[in-house]
Amino acid sequence: MEIIYLLFIVLLAAYLGFELIRKVPATLHTPLMSGSNAISGITLVGALAAAGGDDNLLTTILGTAAVALASINVVGGYWVTDRMLGMFKKKDKPGVRK
Amino acid sequence: MNTIETIINLSYVVAAALFIIGLKLLSHPDTARKGNFVSALGMLLAVLVTLLDQQIISYHYIALGFVIGGAFGAWKARTIQMTAMPEMVSLLNGFGGLASLVLGWATFAGMDLLTLQTESTFVFVTLFITVLVGGVTFSGSVVAWGKLSGKLKSKALVFTGLRELSILHLVAIAVVGYFFVTAPAAPVWFYLAIVLALSLGLWATISIGGADMPVVIALLNSYSGMAAATAGLATGNTILIVTGLLVGASGLILTSIMCKAMNRSLVNVLLSGFAKPVEAGEKIEGEIKVLAAQDAFYVLEAAQSVLVVPGYGMAVAQAQHAVRELQSLMEANGSTVDYAIHAVAGRMPGHMNVLLAEADVPYEQLYEMEDVNPRMENYDVVIVIGANDVVNPAAKEMKGSPIYGMPVIEAYRAKTVFVLKRSADAGFAGVDNPLFFKDNTRMVLGDAKDTINSIIREFAEV
Repeated sequence: MEIIYLLFIVLLAAYLGFELIRKVPATLHTPLMSGSNAISGITLVGALAAAGGDDNLLTTILGTAAVALASINVVGGYWVTDRMLGMFKKKDKPGVRK
Repeated sequence: MNTIETIINLSYVVAAALFIIGLKLLSHPDTARKGNFVSALGMLLAVLVTLLDQQIISYHYIALGFVIGGAFGAWKARTIQMTAMPEMVSLLNGFGGLASLVLGWATFAGMDLLTLQTESTFVFVTLFITVLVGGVTFSGSVVAWGKLSGKLKSKALVFTGLRELSILHLVAIAVVGYFFVTAPAAPVWFYLAIVLALSLGLWATISIGGADMPVVIALLNSYSGMAAATAGLATGNTILIVTGLLVGASGLILTSIMCKAMNRSLVNVLLSGFAKPVEAGEKIEGEIKVLAAQDAFYVLEAAQSVLVVPGYGMAVAQAQHAVRELQSLMEANGSTVDYAIHAVAGRMPGHMNVLLAEADVPYEQLYEMEDVNPRMENYDVVIVIGANDVVNPAAKEMKGSPIYGMPVIEAYRAKTVFVLKRSADAGFAGVDNPLFFKDNTRMVLGDAKDTINSIIREFAEV
């Protein structure tokens, strides 16, 4: 039963993902990619339990490594996306012209 | 389910909703920045409530990992040049894949003998897929990063036996997968799976040329999400499944957009290294007409409407700011300036848009190919900067051309075309470009940035 329930989530999430992303205009495709890099840093949530649990040494070391790797994506991804999106400007906004 | 678990799971639902709202806001440039912020809030919430988990008893290692990773990520995000965004995204793809692989490994290493013998097959299958996809994503992204940053040759590397090597990998993966799932207590199969995945990613990417990198990056982006989703299936973590799939879907859509823009199938792109080089069907007859920057200025001064078609060469020459300055001068002179951006211009989806945004070009002036092609005749001048294949009429005219059938920006239909190019050689894909020989085409040879700057100087002297 558990598996069926998980597969339901898979189906719905995949469909939702396709519907949401289809509407993103070409102009924003690069920020979309770096932004989704940040979101895929969600692995961090899974890594926390491995790094902080009372398991054997190998698990703790690997968990810590996973936390570090996922943190690169979360911090780096959101930051660089914000930096990029801050550059997208509308026409004739005062102060934009150099 | 105790109270804390309930709180955690409810918070995951909220976090997932924030990710979804964030992606929805990303569908317009005005709200995109807010969307990114909302998505980051979702991440913060998911991480904070996970720390409440009673399984977590020590926070030292978590803090250590976060500080190291966070500092590296922040440093990269702050210092990376906008022209180097494709490298940055491949790097993040790679770290995402590796994070999932290592998480899968940590999960496996944390299983005691009893768990190994009694856990359901589903868990081991998903664990195996996590390691596989994560490993391919990591080594593939490292190769993509190397090719994009010039540390590896960007040409497709093909040698005899590569095809057999790839098939051997697939067979080995199937065999190892079978033994791992049926006898997970023997760790040797797990380690073999890691080695095979890393090796497969390496060979699969090294045989793809630099011009096809937009597709590869988008696909690896998708994989990094899929790896997170399967890691979620293996550990029974719903928030990983949902968000991983959002990313997976996003990457797949971008991949399909890129493939359509090149009129090729994904299989064709991935196996492009194996294709036989196409013999040039027809010889292009004609003469190249070279124009000096000063003369180009006189034409631009008289032009009513101008279209700029940027390509990877603009990124290489870092010419986006000079282009913006020229745009201001031409607009002050009474002409209208539009930009046409082909979906595969540059080295990743949306690469050109970001560069022009960096140079303060309003996004309303950026058009897609479908928007400009019907009104191409109305443009007095089309300036092609560092683009080649995306404006190549061979895609329409020459049946024998390797890019025949690819939708292109039909610059040759405008009254005059300026091609800013280092030399009159074939482009990145090694395909001859008949555009250079058209009667209405003028080549302005030299570094794109220098050329534009000398036109700017001419404008300033008037």
